[in-house]
Amino acid sequence: MKKKLVGILSVAILSAGILAGCGSTGNADGKVTLTNVSYDPTRELYAAYNEIFAEHWKEQTGQDVEITQSHGGSGKQALEVANGLEADVVTLALEYDVKAVQDAGLIEDGWVSEFDKDSSPYTSTIVFLVRKGNPKNIQDWGDLVKDGVGIITPNPKTSGGARWNYLAAWAYAEQQFDGDEAKIKDFIKKLFANVLVLDSGARGATNTFVENGQGDVLLAWENEAFLSLDEHPGEYEIVTPSISILAQPSVAIVDEVVDKRGTREVATEYLQYLYSDEAQRLEAENYYRPSNEEILKEFADVFDLNINLVTIEDFGGWDKAQEKHFTDGGVFDEIYEAK
Amino acid sequence: MEKNEGSKIVKWILIGISVLFAFLFLILPLYTVITDALRSGWETYKKAVTDEYAIKAATLTVEATVIAVLINTIFGLFAAWTVTKFRFRGKKLLTTMIDIPVTVSPIIAGLIFVLTFGRQSPIYPYLQAWDIKIVFAVPGIILATVFVTFPFISRELIPVLEAQGTDEEEAAALMGANVFTIFRRVTFPHIKWAFLYGVVLCAARAMGEFGAVSVLSGHLRGKTNTLPLHVEILFNEFKYVPAFAVSSILVMMAIVILIIRSVVEYRGRRAE
Amino acid sequence: MKKAKSKRVIPGFGLSLGVTLSILSIIVLIPLASLVVYTAQMDFKGVIETITRPRVLASFKVSFLTAFIASLINSVMGIILAWVLVKYKFPGKRILDGMIELPFALPTAVAGISLTALTADTGLIGAAFAKIGIKIAYTRIGITVALIFIGIPFVVRAVQPVLEKLDSSYEEAAGILGASRARIFRKIILPEILPAALTGFGLAFGRCIGEYGSVVFIAGNMPYKTEITPLIIMSELQEYDYASATAIALVMLVFAFAILFAVNLVQARNSRIINGGK
Repeated sequence: MKKKLVGILSVAILSAGILAGCGSTGNADGKVTLTNVSYDPTRELYAAYNEIFAEHWKEQTGQDVEITQSHGGSGKQALEVANGLEADVVTLALEYDVKAVQDAGLIEDGWVSEFDKDSSPYTSTIVFLVRKGNPKNIQDWGDLVKDGVGIITPNPKTSGGARWNYLAAWAYAEQQFDGDEAKIKDFIKKLFANVLVLDSGARGATNTFVENGQGDVLLAWENEAFLSLDEHPGEYEIVTPSISILAQPSVAIVDEVVDKRGTREVATEYLQYLYSDEAQRLEAENYYRPSNEEILKEFADVFDLNINLVTIEDFGGWDKAQEKHFTDGGVFDEIYEAK
Repeated sequence: MEKNEGSKIVKWILIGISVLFAFLFLILPLYTVITDALRSGWETYKKAVTDEYAIKAATLTVEATVIAVLINTIFGLFAAWTVTKFRFRGKKLLTTMIDIPVTVSPIIAGLIFVLTFGRQSPIYPYLQAWDIKIVFAVPGIILATVFVTFPFISRELIPVLEAQGTDEEEAAALMGANVFTIFRRVTFPHIKWAFLYGVVLCAARAMGEFGAVSVLSGHLRGKTNTLPLHVEILFNEFKYVPAFAVSSILVMMAIVILIIRSVVEYRGRRAE
Repeated sequence: MKKAKSKRVIPGFGLSLGVTLSILSIIVLIPLASLVVYTAQMDFKGVIETITRPRVLASFKVSFLTAFIASLINSVMGIILAWVLVKYKFPGKRILDGMIELPFALPTAVAGISLTALTADTGLIGAAFAKIGIKIAYTRIGITVALIFIGIPFVVRAVQPVLEKLDSSYEEAAGILGASRARIFRKIILPEILPAALTGFGLAFGRCIGEYGSVVFIAGNMPYKTEITPLIIMSELQEYDYASATAIALVMLVFAFAILFAVNLVQARNSRIINGGK
């Protein structure tokens, strides 16, 4: 019995040692640190923005600011924040994901109106990326359901971005078939029958299309499509469909964390500065549509401004869209169920 | 063994099958990693592997691997000894429990630690009060690494110890030797090669673990990124070539471990 | 306790069992218990409904089938590889021996990406197979290939130490007595290595069922066709549906436990036979 105790004790000491050795939270003196938990396609944007913000903050307060970035699937990132990942600000793909953080009790109600334009400083939309010369002649959503067209899109169940893809297709069908639900579902079903690979995330899908040469068309965020053009000049083309959806990424301050760490001031300025002219231009240069109309017009040669954009409000908001389309047994499951 | 023509043919057929299999399933994927890593030339490669974040990630990976191997060594030795040298009720249940971590999906492995130590857990307030961070910090990564490699060492030892039986230990015990002497003098010489295999297996797997660590890390750049996670980040930044370059560090680390093992084994066997 | 102790000649039972159980509890049992606690938030009917959804059932089928085939192939190849490595001398043997663990060290995501690149119809192997009309990447064959890669070390490294310990004098004696090679293998060697091979199979199988990192890249993830169970768990998590995710995870866990328990039972019986009913 005594020996058993010795054994248990030695384990306890060992594990305590490990935990103590590693659990450190360092706050450098005179310097403020900020953690921004974001989603996949904003990597390049925030790498650039953090630089200009650090300069701006230094000018204003004389203080250095160091920003740690975390990127990943939007839903996964929201979950991690809800489970204790210490983020001062979240900049996620959908309002729905920020709401999940709010539901966990970390963000106070009313965050949507805390910043301009429903707290979405930049927007994007869904476009098609096709191979050079557009060999399958894909011009609009209607061309996607033709026989022999191979589509690559991430899985709406696991990727926030893919939900925008799905809803954009739905918006087209709704207009085309005058709201006849059976016909719309039929169209969506045909579209997904043409999908070759459902990757779990947006960047995985891009890779399947670009590196592994699968499919004829990639449904992608506008900024992702432009990035692929930059990476592989002359190999791909962007096709803007007649109708698409206004994707509004949301930003918010994580109240519980900033109150605990005393970083509310810098966190607020971090998000507020996203609306400054300088930052808005930077967003446009990273192929996000700036929310400032004037600056958006400056980039009219980049973005197709004639595109007809529906918003999530046309679907009755995220809660309703989620409930109807993406929950278990929702329309998306239905499409795959009946063969 | 090689007495007649027939057994020679069998020998070379078996070797042929093995080499072909190894070529298809081991060499080709590695070849892809290396060629992709060097696709844009040496300079890009050097830049990718000497990047500040890559080095930080490598340090963390080594740290997690060493601790995981240590904990699993302690556990493996005790567990294998318990299971093979004594008869007691619930032994099969115990061995099955030890194996469980291998069969748990890495996603679930990460998830259970988030559920146990995360913000929604009942013990989270206590951890907060003591300022102990487990999930989305280094301890969580270590826990996950220990978990996924948990049975590797004990699993290597158990079959060998089982085949060996308990006679020698019993004799030693009757002659009055204490437990540590018996272990050192009688048991260990039998299991040292199996033990070495176990350590190598454990270290290799610990270095490469992705799924569970990915759920627990929070992907904070330069803070909680291991090499596999750094590879994922690069891949997601469309840095396809650097991603493979960093993967090749892992391959090289594995090769170094395997060479050390070979040397130790070679010397040890010659000494015998 | 005392009575039991008196039967044991070898000392150290209390200590070693104590250490074993403590570490086991901290690392494995307590965290796994939280899985059960979270599943318990759902009533029994809800759990059954969740795990019998057609899409979930289809994913079970995909995961178990591919894992089973991959582990079967690995068992046969693992025994051959271990045999070749232990019994024969040939050039390059040490390199072959050294490479066995490499699949472990390569992050699963990297393995997935490079295997996909190889076996997609634009890849080196994929192109050759595409000519005869076989698609590897984005099909169940692709999943199986990835799982074979993941599981190789388990069987080889389980069988190898046992083969090494195996006294070759039996084989030689049997050979002198005129037994055929096939007979020697079947009657003498196979019974000795079977328990180890079975352990290897069990571990590889369990590992393959749960594998996520490499499979998501090569699978194509089409519902009902190439969607694996861990991906379903991932998508439940993305929907913040912890209860469903943990329920499905629990089913996988129970299956894994059952398989391992069965393997351990068979192994215990075998070792009893070998050790002469001790």
